[in-house]
Amino acid sequence: MKAHLMHQDRDFNLRAPAPAQAADLVQDLALSTLTQAMAGGDPLLLEVANKALLDSSFDLDEIRFRQDVLKDAIRFPDALREAYNLTGEAMAAEKKLWRSHTNHPTLVLWDSLHLMEIVVTALKRLRHVADTHGDRVQSEGLRRLFTMLRVELDDTYFDGIQQHLKNMQFRSGILLATGLDPGNKGRDYVLCLPKAQEVSWFRRIFRKRPKDFSYTLDPRDENGAKALSDLKDRGLDVVANALGQSAEHIFNFLVMLRTELAFYVGALNLHDRLRQLGAPTAFPVPLPSRERRQELRGAYDVTLALNLGRKIVGNDLLSDRANLVLITGANQGGKTTFLRALGQAQLMLQCGLFVPAEVCVGHLCQGLFTHFKREEDASMTRGKFAEELERMSRIVDGLKPDGMILFNESFAATNEREGSEIARQVVSALVAKDIQVAYVTHLYDFAHGVHDDPRLPALFLRAERPVEGRRTFKLEVGEPLPTSFGLDLFRQLLEDPLPSAAGGS
Amino acid sequence: MEFKSILYLEGGPGPTGAGTPVPAFARDINFDQIVEAITASRQEYDLKGFFYAPLQELDGILYRQEVMRDLELDDLNAAVRAFCTQMTTVRQHLLQAGKIDYPLQKERWYLEAATVYCDAVQDLSRSLESSRPKSRGFRAFQQFLTHYAESAGFTSLSQEAGRIRQALSELTYTVSIQGATFRVRKYDQEEDYGQAVARFFEKFKQGAVKDWRSQFREWPGMNHVEEKILFFVSQLFPEPFSALAAFHVNHVEFLFEPITAFDREVQFYLAYLEFTAPLDQAGLKFCYPNLTRTTKAVHAVDFFDLALAHKLVRAKAPVVVNDFRLEGQERIIVITGPNQGGKTTFARAFAQVHVLGCLGCPVPGREAQLFLYDRLYTHFEQEEAAANLHGKLQDELMRMHAILSQANSNSLIVINEIFASTTWQDATAMATKVIGRVLELDALGVCVTFLDELAGMSAKTVSMVSTVAPEHDHARTFRIVRQPANGLAYALSLAASYRLTYDQLLERL
Repeated sequence: MKAHLMHQDRDFNLRAPAPAQAADLVQDLALSTLTQAMAGGDPLLLEVANKALLDSSFDLDEIRFRQDVLKDAIRFPDALREAYNLTGEAMAAEKKLWRSHTNHPTLVLWDSLHLMEIVVTALKRLRHVADTHGDRVQSEGLRRLFTMLRVELDDTYFDGIQQHLKNMQFRSGILLATGLDPGNKGRDYVLCLPKAQEVSWFRRIFRKRPKDFSYTLDPRDENGAKALSDLKDRGLDVVANALGQSAEHIFNFLVMLRTELAFYVGALNLHDRLRQLGAPTAFPVPLPSRERRQELRGAYDVTLALNLGRKIVGNDLLSDRANLVLITGANQGGKTTFLRALGQAQLMLQCGLFVPAEVCVGHLCQGLFTHFKREEDASMTRGKFAEELERMSRIVDGLKPDGMILFNESFAATNEREGSEIARQVVSALVAKDIQVAYVTHLYDFAHGVHDDPRLPALFLRAERPVEGRRTFKLEVGEPLPTSFGLDLFRQLLEDPLPSAAGGS
Repeated sequence: MEFKSILYLEGGPGPTGAGTPVPAFARDINFDQIVEAITASRQEYDLKGFFYAPLQELDGILYRQEVMRDLELDDLNAAVRAFCTQMTTVRQHLLQAGKIDYPLQKERWYLEAATVYCDAVQDLSRSLESSRPKSRGFRAFQQFLTHYAESAGFTSLSQEAGRIRQALSELTYTVSIQGATFRVRKYDQEEDYGQAVARFFEKFKQGAVKDWRSQFREWPGMNHVEEKILFFVSQLFPEPFSALAAFHVNHVEFLFEPITAFDREVQFYLAYLEFTAPLDQAGLKFCYPNLTRTTKAVHAVDFFDLALAHKLVRAKAPVVVNDFRLEGQERIIVITGPNQGGKTTFARAFAQVHVLGCLGCPVPGREAQLFLYDRLYTHFEQEEAAANLHGKLQDELMRMHAILSQANSNSLIVINEIFASTTWQDATAMATKVIGRVLELDALGVCVTFLDELAGMSAKTVSMVSTVAPEHDHARTFRIVRQPANGLAYALSLAASYRLTYDQLLERL
């Protein structure tokens, strides 16, 4: 029995290795704020959110499949939350079970019966959820799950479970089948169910009774009693193991189901939070990775919104052919924030989530990478530049056509001319290889060079300088201007008597 | 039909009994370490005596070389190994039968032992036939074995054992337990309940789960409940059990002495081949030496100290190989040169190849012509022998005297650091006399010394020198090469590595 809510044909694998660039993505796109909002303090939700977000899907059908389940989840939040909670309660109850450490058949049997009780309770509640919502949900994933639960866990099956649990009490003794080992001792004891008694008294009396020999131990024969119970244990052992493993199988089924539900419960949590903030969300329209049409309206940095606890200004990006988006302009004008919004939207799209925007049409990318300027070891300029190049080289190892990379003030740790030349060479190569590039830069030589180079068609966005001291965080389409506004900012921060208000970086 | 021995051409009793004395030479040339390592995993066979008794007769040595060559063939080796494993099992089963009192169980262990024994004999007989051994030893043994395996006594033993065993292993029964009563009955197709439970819950299976089965303490004996059950089983199935009892009575001593002797003696070869296999894999060469008493023109190419190589290969360190060659009237190799340069190792290896060669074993080296010596005498410095220098010298002289009075022209003499405890002048005088005596005996030998004078004493001595590699910082090569003794060689190469030689200094200044 499988839940298959994340992939149509296989389990969601929490153990799958994260892509090599995962740590950079988390740091550069500030993903932990996002995943923590999804988790709401639940470690499993956090783990699953992290995994799903970083492990992008490259399959349009799969993304639509998840979007459909998520839409159902938003319509019937109780169905998913109830299923998630009841499996969680089973997990918690299992943790409280005191399990013996030594494998003694009697103890194993005892422990297994207790675990069985817990998991069967959970299965019954799960059936109830399936009965309640089975006919209302529309997504393929949830319809299939609920139907499976109703078919496999019908009343007959629950009766069967009860019968087995009753058998396990062995009220009429036990029967062991065996043969002789090379030392004439019994080998491979198998516990059997005695054959049903003949019903007809007539046949019972006249049936030929099989030959047998029996012996009753003297009540004072303690060693004999010990030996007999040891023998019994050998038979019970196999059955206790079977029951123990069965209970564990059911338990693992519940664990697996809970893991698959976790992504959607996390999505529900995030959805609730953003709705409270009045921040818009939209289900994106995914396009094949070869497409270059991109339409983002009102896209915002979701982690900034979550941190500030309010709705923030969104930006638009409309492009229909360019592999390159070049972002220039004023410091603290919302460039990095926009780059983050781009990256977040892409990851959220490719895991089946809604995106933080009003409208989103975008193609799948074959792997998202970030190359952001790093603040650390700023003292060692030479080392910092080497570090940048080394990081870039590692990224290139993983980049593929139709992949995407976000640069944030990269290659600026050297002088402008050298940095510009490297940036130009790197970007030209990437674009030629059909890799999508979004680049925030102060390197005027570089930006201007791209602008004048007909072989590098690019979309230029520009952060506007504050109007009367107020920053708009709005990016407009516009070619790079020769000077940055850093000087203004420097003057403002260090020479103006008034401290500036908090804002995005 | 008779078979003498796989180890001795003329048969006869080989060295037996535990605690074979370790001969005097063994410790000096680290041969005791080799024997320990070879026999370590085969204590039960008591093999050390074999390795401490080199042969005197060439034909006996050739007999072993042939057997050893046969055992280097994979098929034959595997077959013999399988046979020995089976024989070990036979002994274990018999031991078990001896420990157990309850007849129904004792008889079964006995039957098991006989079954494995019969399998062992038949398997080996078949394999030997198909692998066509070339050695006199294996061919004789194969004929003997075929004859034995086809004998009436053996075939009836084998068939009877097989029949009874089959019947016993096929019977099945049930024990039902309720309270203090148990009931034994023939098995009647009752359903395996553990499987039924597993099948019922199969649909939930996600992956591997913990194995909850218990570890039951298994012991070969039985408690009285088990005995009672076995007794009931014997009542339910009377035929095989009465046959089992009869088998025990009719075949009291089924082991045949020549077979068990072969099992022990062939370990000599298996043990040695097993010991040398990792060295062989490490690229070291072994060869079957030519042995003779007619000439003392001995030589070996790429030979090495087996005890040292064993340790080095285990540690994945390289092993240095050397050559020696004596021609015409040359008798004594005199080795001089820097300490820690491999001189003693060379001397030991020289003695080792001779001992191994006379045991009939392949010896370290690419090729070798060796002397069929009668006794090996070694004289190594004994540090713990005496406290003061005078005592030490006296002890040394006495040991040397003993050697010189016993040795003859067929002896092998290895002398390591003679008279190191006295003055150079006295040592030279005494050592010259000692070596002179050895040369008079016309015995073969090696002498490791710091006395350069010994190297050029006579046309019968050959000078060899341990060397250093100048390109590395006074690193030693452990190569011993044939060249005149030169006490300065080491000092010069050391100077060269510091670029302080005359030529170097001219260039630098």
